[in-house]
Amino acid sequence: MKFGVLRFPGSCDEVDALEAARRVGDAELIWHGSRDLKGSDAIVVPGGFSYGDYLRAGAIARFSPAMESVIDFAADGGLVLGICNGFQVLCEARLLPGALLANENLHFTFRQVELEVLNSGGAFTRACALDQCLSIPAKHSWGRYHADPDTLAAMDSSGQLILRYAPGQNFNGSLHDIAGVCNERGNVFGLMPHPEHAVDELIGGSADGLKIFESMRMTVEGVHA
Amino acid sequence: MRARVLIRPKAGILDPQGAAVERALPALGFAGVGNVHVGRLVELDVENEAQLQPMCERLLANPLVEDYEVQLLDGGS
Repeated sequence: MKFGVLRFPGSCDEVDALEAARRVGDAELIWHGSRDLKGSDAIVVPGGFSYGDYLRAGAIARFSPAMESVIDFAADGGLVLGICNGFQVLCEARLLPGALLANENLHFTFRQVELEVLNSGGAFTRACALDQCLSIPAKHSWGRYHADPDTLAAMDSSGQLILRYAPGQNFNGSLHDIAGVCNERGNVFGLMPHPEHAVDELIGGSADGLKIFESMRMTVEGVHA
Repeated sequence: MRARVLIRPKAGILDPQGAAVERALPALGFAGVGNVHVGRLVELDVENEAQLQPMCERLLANPLVEDYEVQLLDGGS
């Protein structure tokens, strides 16, 4: 299968995402100004500071030509993964419910976080076990997940709350310790921590992030755990 | 037409910036300060003021978490 990894002016994690994707399949970068998704089977919207994060994180990137194609791709059921700034872009594009606000502590924070898998049956976590803990780094200033109570209740009942910070790990103040959510259809997923930075135990001390990419491969190739 | 758009965090959503300023002011000797919120200000010239609201909805504000208020100012700049 082939991953397409978007690159905006100001992206900084697209090469790690590319390398992570290449551990499970083919992968190619897609420039933000291009509408051509190059035949990708899945799209990764990477971390960084797209368009300088001017106005609000993701607010301007959301209108890029590549994102217009990604919105159509998602509407056709294509898999879209948003990591950190990519999660912010997907929320701004309304492909995911809710919004990401400034960390409660107002600090840019970089730390390894433990994440609980709340839903292991979906397109992005099928390689995980239920209640499995993933150890993945997070690094951001604007990662406090927010959605209104009715939206959160609906997401909870339809299994859209995919990842949660383990007790004591929610440093940004996200509601209900939410670290990653998917859309109602289950084909668009966003998370603040960085699975692409945890694909090699030698470098990051954990390869847990690979499970996200591996799950996407299994979904695209019709492999069921 | 010169316009000004004021953008604020929605009531009830935690506003850590406002809280930080609220804590800082008494430390400088300014007593009796409360309910501080920090938002954003956008000023712009527009030919068609009817476009201001859709601009706010689509780009200038995030209506899920922010309220906005449009003010029309006299003259251009």
